[in-house]
Amino acid sequence: MTTDVLLEESLRGGQMWSRVLRRGQRLRLTDVEGGACVPALLFNADQSLERYNMPDTLKAQHIARLTQGNALYSDMGRVLCAVVEDTCGWHDTISGFGDAAQALAKYGEGDYQTLRNERIRNSRDNFLVELGKYGLTVRDLSASVNFFVKLRAGEDGALEWVSGNSRAGAFVELESEMNTLLVLTNTPHPLDPADRYAPKPVRLSLFAGSAGARSAACRSACAENERGFSLTESYFL
Amino acid sequence: MTLRESSLDPKRASFDTVVGAGLAFSHEIKAGQTLRIVDLEGNQAVDTLFYNAQDARERYSAVDTIQRQGNIYLTTGTRLFSNEGQALLTITADTCGRHDTLGGACSAESNQVRYALDKKYMHNCRDSFLLEIQTRRPQLSKRDLAPNINFFMNVPVTPEGGLKFDDGISGPDRYVELRADKDVLVLISNCPQLNNPCNGYNPTRIRVLVW
Repeated sequence: MTTDVLLEESLRGGQMWSRVLRRGQRLRLTDVEGGACVPALLFNADQSLERYNMPDTLKAQHIARLTQGNALYSDMGRVLCAVVEDTCGWHDTISGFGDAAQALAKYGEGDYQTLRNERIRNSRDNFLVELGKYGLTVRDLSASVNFFVKLRAGEDGALEWVSGNSRAGAFVELESEMNTLLVLTNTPHPLDPADRYAPKPVRLSLFAGSAGARSAACRSACAENERGFSLTESYFL
Repeated sequence: MTLRESSLDPKRASFDTVVGAGLAFSHEIKAGQTLRIVDLEGNQAVDTLFYNAQDARERYSAVDTIQRQGNIYLTTGTRLFSNEGQALLTITADTCGRHDTLGGACSAESNQVRYALDKKYMHNCRDSFLLEIQTRRPQLSKRDLAPNINFFMNVPVTPEGGLKFDDGISGPDRYVELRADKDVLVLISNCPQLNNPCNGYNPTRIRVLVW
């Protein structure tokens, strides 16, 4: 399905990105080389007080990770985006993202003076820059979706980083059920055991579509999602 | 799970109050002071948020706490990290053994999604949080409501990535105690949820003490 491609962009390692996904549009994130990590924040573009809510997403669907057939809920009981396709299988949303102090401790100095645009960047600073473009601040920064990242919790609750979760060419596709401001940063996860700063390239593909066109399986996955989609539709009456 | 009791004497507490089921509560705790929350009747979920008392932009962060300790459960020894990567409080005693920080707070809207569209009228934690901050804490607004702690609540995660709401492992008079590393504002909703076992379908009182 390439006929409905609206645009293709590359998201380089270290780069941040944002865009309002119009209701019904789909965005595909492709992990070009494998091993990518793309933390994401989502807001209702028409009212940014409404945002992605990690706990509401998890408890509505009795999940602790995201994959195909899952809905990304806002704090207002509505579905911002549906995961309509996923060849990776596990995207983390419970372990947050990294900041400048963590990056410095792990990778050492890597500033603009020495590395120019290959400088070492971190998720939190990238998010703050990108949020600032919409008048949003640190107060709007909450739990992220970490695309292509897998952490498994043991019986005792201990988290284990799972290497090789995302292979070269793996992709995840979101259908936007609202006008969703999506903010991405392509920066490494603090729990990634790799001690070298090497964020992987990601390709972004935006497709035209209509709300509900690809999300039927997500909607019917559980009674909770049926109600969540119905509340979302009702918002657009 | 390791349980640890406290040697602090309730008779010597500088602050001691009971918060009824379904009510909100907020209070400033100075650095070095200790906060104790007591599950008086057992199986009560206590939805709790913390803010830096001087600058509420710094607040408790569930995901930073999980990431920095590499574990999803809170218990004795857990440092509660802020969104600035700083420790706000440390759990110093815990006779329950495990507390949740993934389940978040109930709201009118999430109750509609989870149970039925006609549950919107039911009392919920976010309404309690909002009334408390709108009336008593003008420095806070809805945008400052982030994923919270559910003291005494049992929300296990499976290795396959499932989330379960299990019966509580708390009981009457179990408590958790936290020492403040900074001056903090604690914001509590003593959960009124009637649709799931987090309160044993019977929301009850809690006691809050400060030394």
